[in-house]
Amino acid sequence: MAREAMEYDVVIVGAGPAGLTTAIKLKQLDPNLNVCILEKGAEVGAHILSGNVFETKALDELIPNWKNEGAPVKTKVSKEKFLFLGKNSSLGWPTWLLPSVQKNHKNYIISLANLCRWLAEQAEKLGVEIFPGFPASEVLYNDDGSVKGVATLDMGLDKEGNKKDTYQEGMELHAKVTVFSEGCRGHLGKQLIKKFNLDEGKNPQQYGIGLKEIWEVSEEQHQEGLVMHTAGWPLDSKTYGGSFIYHAENRQIYLGYVIGLDYQNPYLSPFDEFQRFKTHPSIRKMFEGGKRISFGARALIEGGIQSLPKMFMPGALLIGCDAGTLNMPKIKGSHTAMKSGLVAAEAIVENIKNKTDLSIYEKKFKESWAYKELFTARNVKPSFSWGLIFGIIFTGIDQILFRGKLPFTLKHKHADHEALKPASQMPKIEYPKPDGKLTFDKTSSVYLTGTNHAENQPVHLRLKDPNLPINYTLKEYDEPAQRYCPVGVYEIQKEKFVINSQNCIHCKTCDIKEPSQNITWVAPEGGGGPKYGNM
Amino acid sequence: MKILVAVKRVIDYNVQIRVKEDGSGVHTDNVKMSTNPPDDNAVEESVKLKESGKVKEVVAISIGEDKAQESIRKALAVGADKGIHVKADSYIEPLGIAKILKKIVEKEKPDMVFLGKQAIDDDCNQTGQMLGAMLNWPQATFSSKLNIKEKSLEVVREIDEGLETLEINLPAIVTCDLRLNEPRFASLPNIMKAKKKPMELLNAKDMGVDLKNRIEQLKVEEPPKRKAGIKVANVAELVSKLKNEAKVI
Repeated sequence: MAREAMEYDVVIVGAGPAGLTTAIKLKQLDPNLNVCILEKGAEVGAHILSGNVFETKALDELIPNWKNEGAPVKTKVSKEKFLFLGKNSSLGWPTWLLPSVQKNHKNYIISLANLCRWLAEQAEKLGVEIFPGFPASEVLYNDDGSVKGVATLDMGLDKEGNKKDTYQEGMELHAKVTVFSEGCRGHLGKQLIKKFNLDEGKNPQQYGIGLKEIWEVSEEQHQEGLVMHTAGWPLDSKTYGGSFIYHAENRQIYLGYVIGLDYQNPYLSPFDEFQRFKTHPSIRKMFEGGKRISFGARALIEGGIQSLPKMFMPGALLIGCDAGTLNMPKIKGSHTAMKSGLVAAEAIVENIKNKTDLSIYEKKFKESWAYKELFTARNVKPSFSWGLIFGIIFTGIDQILFRGKLPFTLKHKHADHEALKPASQMPKIEYPKPDGKLTFDKTSSVYLTGTNHAENQPVHLRLKDPNLPINYTLKEYDEPAQRYCPVGVYEIQKEKFVINSQNCIHCKTCDIKEPSQNITWVAPEGGGGPKYGNM
Repeated sequence: MKILVAVKRVIDYNVQIRVKEDGSGVHTDNVKMSTNPPDDNAVEESVKLKESGKVKEVVAISIGEDKAQESIRKALAVGADKGIHVKADSYIEPLGIAKILKKIVEKEKPDMVFLGKQAIDDDCNQTGQMLGAMLNWPQATFSSKLNIKEKSLEVVREIDEGLETLEINLPAIVTCDLRLNEPRFASLPNIMKAKKKPMELLNAKDMGVDLKNRIEQLKVEEPPKRKAGIKVANVAELVSKLKNEAKVI
């Protein structure tokens, strides 16, 4: 029997900054369009995690009077610092010597989750239907091979896939144009890139894992509007990464760490590097006596234009980081994601009205300021494959002297999952024990995310070969899933590979970093996953 | 037969509660809210009874700020027929809530009022009982099984000694346990249809009842942190520690 179906003009998958921007812009351009957004989180914002120092350029274009409309964009950046960390030392880098992409004086410190909640309200006022708790789990195709829409997940299946009393079949949502805005490593976006060869001729995509905590500190430790970044310790010079420390409102500090997923040592644990980072004497004093109130992690795109796939296909578009529009040297992706959403909406309206080809979306995006930004930023990340020092020297020349206009483009040579070296060739890393005050273990951290998945449902982290973790990955790489997963989903217990999928915070790192690409992340039952507040 | 089912919007059960530093309450800004879990069971059972033909109409009511309507819409999406939102901008104690519900009962004339046994935010476990007393209706609390007869209800409830089966006359108050059933998922088309179902909007201030809170809340604080456990070498040591240190035997 055919599933129930609903017809829309536009179906958007994912209520993040890109998807919400598309929805709002569509309704501004043509209020008669039927637009809906599917969101896998229990509410809009529940799965949003970002730094975030926000550049308002795209928001200015979308809702010019956002200030009067009560947008949660309030804390202006007032001071900037950049530190190089040695094991016990720190060296301040003068801000005038920072490339202009790293200057933030016009930007705001925000919670992206809260901005998305506000954008969702604006979208609903315009008549956009938003369905939180409904993950899109399947792409539907027309007979001619074009994308027809998506189907939501069947709910109420048990572990073995049998129907429970509460079983409810998923339903189909058909659209003239389907927009995929699932964020970095979207599980449907990944399928589409493969099916339509969208990454043909492009460099392999590069990713990072970002971990974030929110701290409440004393008035003396707090300096609202201060933005600080660090590079160096505890990472070695071959590993790309660094920290962010943003002083937001209400005596809160958004503290985070980003590590390139092209790291080589299978013993490296991004979570523990982040915890260790906080013990540096210059950092410790900022948080001592404070209280950690939130934790989360999410993979992010680092590949830039070299890895940006074709962004359109028959009947569908990839926008935001489902394609990969993040500007890595700027450490910002919200404004470019939103810009891709704006351009997508314009292209869709032309497509529906005048039957213009959807390729106009990519053309418009390439003519936009967002693409120009990504173009000038393109050589920074690959230069760090030569190590921290050469990366910094090259970036200085590229970004300060030539402003990104050097007449060549560096390549990303390997996919992140190919970067790991065998465990036998790499040093083990001893991480200090958490003290429960400044540094924490994974268990207490996942607790703060509010993560839950209904019990007795199919495991949403699928193994292509269930024996591979023990037979190969454990021997060759000491099963790095135990360490790259920031919340301890994967464990080796008595020669068995255990998947605690109920702890999964949907960061997608396993899907990216597993050396044999043996783990596939699929959408779990609706509403599952973290319940982030103001991340 | 008609059922009035009461739902409350509370902080989602998965969210880690944060106490405000000044002890005046807990943080609710940007915190995920949901329908109180046992209230979901009450809605589910009401809808099941409707589907079995024993009940004609299910009316869902919530008392609280504007966003309480989300809980009503959810009830409508799984099968309730009509919603009533009584707007209240500040906290009302169970006594005030029971008084408002009594007014609604007098107007709606249901044969049964269904509530969750308690709300997971304040854990009061009072509203159903107070409402029963005010209406002078029989009540069955903590129900885990329900059977409607001609003019009465057979209710199985969990008590310390085991299971107790009661038969009470209608109209009646029933509060329920999480074991009563497994609430269904709302489907997309039903969520959309729920947007068009009727919702009556009232204001707590206009209900003509005394809503003054009787209890003064002095302070909200986090429970003390649990101390780390210890390992004992043998049974003798365990017994000695329980006797001399913990003083529980």
